[in-house]
Amino acid sequence: MRLLPLIASAIVTTALVFTLNVQLKLGNAKAPRLGYFLSPQHGFWKNAEKIDANFDASIVANELQGNVDVYVDDRLVPHIYADHDQDAYFVQGYLHAKFRLWQMDFETRVASGRLSEIAGADKLPIDRMFRRLGMVYGAEKTEANINETNPNMKATVDAYTAGVNAYIKQLDPADLPFEFKLMNYAPEDWTPKKTYLFLMFMSYDLTGRSASLDLQMTNTRDYLGYDLFDKLYTNNQDSLDPIIPKGTVYEKPSIVPVKPMNADSAYLRKANSVAFNTVDMPEAPDKNNGSNNWAVAGSKTKSGRPILSSDPHLGLNLPSLWYEMQITTPTHSTYGASFPGSPAVIIGFNDSLAWGVTNAGRDVFDYYEVKFKDSTQNEYWFNGAWKATTKRTEVIKVKDSLDVVEDIAMTHWGPTMFDAHYQNTQSNGRSLAVQWTAHRISTGVETFYLLNRAKNYDDYLHAISLWTCPGQNFVLATKSGDIAIKQQGSFVARWERQGDFIMPGEDSSFQWQGIIPGNENPMIKNPERGFVSSANQKSTDASYPYYLGAASALPLYRGISVNMHLNKMSQITAEDMQALQTDNYNVFAATARPALMKYIQEDKLSNDAKRMVAEMTNWDLYNNVNAKGITCFKIIWDSVEQAVWGDELGGSAIPLLKPEAYVLLDQMLKDTNWSIADDIRTKNIVEDLKTQVTLGVEKATEKLLSLEKENKLEWSLFKATRVMHLTKTPALSRMNLPIGGGVNIINATTENHGPSWRMVVHLTDEIEAYGLYPGGQSGNPGSPYYDTFVNYWAEGKYYRLLFLSKEKLKQSERTKWHIQFQKTNS
Amino acid sequence: MKFVISILLAALLTYAIGIYGNLPWWSFVITNLLIAVAIPQKPLLAFASGAVGVGMLWAGLAFGIDLANNHILATKVATILPLKGSYSSLIILTAFLGALLGGLASLTGSFVRARKA
Repeated sequence: MRLLPLIASAIVTTALVFTLNVQLKLGNAKAPRLGYFLSPQHGFWKNAEKIDANFDASIVANELQGNVDVYVDDRLVPHIYADHDQDAYFVQGYLHAKFRLWQMDFETRVASGRLSEIAGADKLPIDRMFRRLGMVYGAEKTEANINETNPNMKATVDAYTAGVNAYIKQLDPADLPFEFKLMNYAPEDWTPKKTYLFLMFMSYDLTGRSASLDLQMTNTRDYLGYDLFDKLYTNNQDSLDPIIPKGTVYEKPSIVPVKPMNADSAYLRKANSVAFNTVDMPEAPDKNNGSNNWAVAGSKTKSGRPILSSDPHLGLNLPSLWYEMQITTPTHSTYGASFPGSPAVIIGFNDSLAWGVTNAGRDVFDYYEVKFKDSTQNEYWFNGAWKATTKRTEVIKVKDSLDVVEDIAMTHWGPTMFDAHYQNTQSNGRSLAVQWTAHRISTGVETFYLLNRAKNYDDYLHAISLWTCPGQNFVLATKSGDIAIKQQGSFVARWERQGDFIMPGEDSSFQWQGIIPGNENPMIKNPERGFVSSANQKSTDASYPYYLGAASALPLYRGISVNMHLNKMSQITAEDMQALQTDNYNVFAATARPALMKYIQEDKLSNDAKRMVAEMTNWDLYNNVNAKGITCFKIIWDSVEQAVWGDELGGSAIPLLKPEAYVLLDQMLKDTNWSIADDIRTKNIVEDLKTQVTLGVEKATEKLLSLEKENKLEWSLFKATRVMHLTKTPALSRMNLPIGGGVNIINATTENHGPSWRMVVHLTDEIEAYGLYPGGQSGNPGSPYYDTFVNYWAEGKYYRLLFLSKEKLKQSERTKWHIQFQKTNS
Repeated sequence: MKFVISILLAALLTYAIGIYGNLPWWSFVITNLLIAVAIPQKPLLAFASGAVGVGMLWAGLAFGIDLANNHILATKVATILPLKGSYSSLIILTAFLGALLGGLASLTGSFVRARKA
């Protein structure tokens, strides 16, 4: 034995194994162990799927009550045929896991504040935010309620959970999804709680913007004073075309919320504006979370049958939030987009009807300022006495570091979001508790279960009556010819501006005075105009007896555009509806461009500015891929807004809210001397709109020239739409897609946000349905099915959806594979 | 002859032990070491046989997988790592790491039996 060389060589070998076995930081939480990651039998190579992979399989599962056949079509869409309902959900869970396990794990980790556990202390701010928001608290309440009161839904979620776990159990470590290897962690068992956490995250995504908005509105009001605030952040939308047509007569409300006597001084702070600098959230849902949906009656279609369209606008991610499937059992046959993480189909159709959803945008989240007796937070002042809190302890595990413990004081309002322990350095010890309908028991999972099985309008109405949060506009079209839309959710009966700002929490006078009864929520069935629609705008005109919330959450222009088109159309076909979903007409610019032109002093413009203005005026008002005019319009408009608001809002160090575009536009159209136009920073000059607009154009020209140099004037190059991997890794994403659209456009595609599932359903005897989402059925970046639909989606094309009986589907030439689930080996 | 057998054994055992997904990815270090103990060679030759055995196996596996995958995933990983999106570089890197570690393991094994000069 040659001892020295042996020792030396052994040390070098061990050191190399060790080096290749520790995580390599690549940023954004990506930290594979290089040796493991590159090992062809363990690491990422195992995830490189054969392009002609065979998905045939035979699976034995004792949890099943009978056998289940799954036929998989050429787009990798599974069609489940089960003899028992619970078996269908078992298989749904299994397939979700087979194709989307990592995202299911990741998304529920985000929702429950458990990112630090896998990614380290960098993620603590996000984790703490979600813990303090009461995400886990809400999910637990819903779970407990369903377990106690709803055996059928419990069985459904349990079957789904068992399906996910059956897949995880048989998973060889070498076949772990790619991202687990990239981030170096392993999946854990699925639980019903994770399903409720996932749904809780949707509540956050669609109503949680208030958590930032209420702070910003409070800051802005305090910064400007109430009177100026009320002018610039007016809830009056002159051009509103509401979901329920104007002039509809509403019944007397059963709740008449009473504004507290002292609201003007203690809450709105009309006289005594005291600047409390509040902090902002580390993260907030996208402002453009929204959607379009509509249904046209047979009277407006070529076939005489209704057509329904639905396209939810959400963050554009890979793997997609959506997973397409058909579920057929003796009780129902349903097709549509499902959520990996939840049983049933979420947006889709069955053999009797179709449904879709858009976000209601109603405010169901409020902050109450509470006063604790001392730093123990064991008691807080309420209605003239000290009231006891309970404590909720949330332990955040942190990779390579000590646990972080959040002791959250629970008040009768809800969890304390901000206090001395949490990001409160600017707010002098202010403590803010959260009241949010998402914290209440949710029965939403049953809504989808029942919609999947609904046969008619009454079934639909019953199914959605169980929906609590996030408030949605449920659109319906049935084969029998009904169309309807209803805004449904637990909505707070508010007095004007209640909850727009942080509310006093020291007594009961500012509390919620009730939840609006479901039958008083805005709805309409078979209207004379032959269509129903929604695009997140205010649901009613001012004659509706309840306050709908701050207009900042209720975009105006898409709804105008949808209704303008639908009003004009007749003899409609499914192709017409596809064209409308992908329409790029800019209804905002149609009004705003002439308004701008009225104020531009052309003779004062430089030659470059004149050229850019000409580009804008020659534009056809469509946000198409190659259009340069929209880029000019957008930059000019933003720059004019900056010129107008910059002086009033620019000096603030705390986050403020920008006034909505219609506020400035309405002023420009009114053509009055508007004091706001004056730049208050220039003492001796009084600027008017003409000066400001012209100044804005000159400023915009500088930016436009530099864009021109970079060759980024064309709209899609400027906008650079991307479908982003959930870890924000560009290599796993689809960047710079050639697609038009934008904010205020029916094709609401912005930079990283837009139509996440486009669906058009023609309710003929044999249903004719089209759809797609910007992603692919496989969540594996190493699969050719990872981003299959993205190009088609960008081009505005659709797939014909295969919705067939088992016998017909078996014979379809588009059916490629068969996955068999058996109870026992036979 | 010893050289060729060592290479083949290294490749074979590396592949065989790699089938067990629950064992660590570096299990072939042990098998290579044992091969070098069982079949004594001069240190340099031992290193070469271990390196060639594992390196060729890893190169072959990676190459085959990549071809059947139409370079989809290797291109993405070669962007993350970063290798400028070159799947060939990624295959070479994979083979190189396997070869280096395989060679070192065999080298270590060879010193167990080698007589003092």
